[in-house]
Amino acid sequence: MLVIEQNPLDEMFADALRSFPDECCGFFFGNEIGQERIITNILTVDNSKEGDKKRRFEIAPKDYLDAERFADENELQLLGVYHSHPNHPAVPSEHDRIAAQPYFSYIIISVKEKMIADIRSWQLNENFMFEEETIENQSINQNK
Amino acid sequence: MATIIIPTPLRKFTNNTARINIQANNVKGVVNELTFNFPDLKKHLLDEQGNIRSFVNVFVGDEDIRNLQQEQTPIKEETVISIVPAIAGGMV
Repeated sequence: MLVIEQNPLDEMFADALRSFPDECCGFFFGNEIGQERIITNILTVDNSKEGDKKRRFEIAPKDYLDAERFADENELQLLGVYHSHPNHPAVPSEHDRIAAQPYFSYIIISVKEKMIADIRSWQLNENFMFEEETIENQSINQNK
Repeated sequence: MATIIIPTPLRKFTNNTARINIQANNVKGVVNELTFNFPDLKKHLLDEQGNIRSFVNVFVGDEDIRNLQQEQTPIKEETVISIVPAIAGGMV
């Protein structure tokens, strides 16, 4: 289960809206306690995909190394990657699955007509298939 | 010995070890030694032909080995090697 604190959630939503109609992307950090992942910080990064950023995202290797360094310096765990799906559901595509890493949580934010429509999180299982994770956050749960 | 930095998502295959020291002459030797010591890493690092997967970047210092001598890139005692997973995706 992911527990997303309000600040990182607001920052992810702001990034998704600011980037619309392109896909945004970034990393999130926090602590893992048993089955619970508590997200306390995010790092927004440029979508470095050359070409169609409305349907694809890519993170430059240097930005990945910076994210590992940020986690190390702040004694946090790098827990996963977020990105947005403009005018599309918050469900991972086959392209998302092929490129996905084990262990990481993948948060997808659906943005429809410049409004946040949904947020869901996914993680690869042992068979390299995505399974949905529960998200806990007071503001999200109130709106559902 | 060279130091290889394991990215967070692959640490569960290295007993949660982030930095591993390996004695080898080149990147291929490092990867072979690493996957020998931690066999569960193999499917995440190598394709069926035994080559480094396209979704895996290997950096020697700050340089991608694709800009150096690929897997034949030489390794020195003080070399730091980073495995960098390619992070990508999209809605279709």
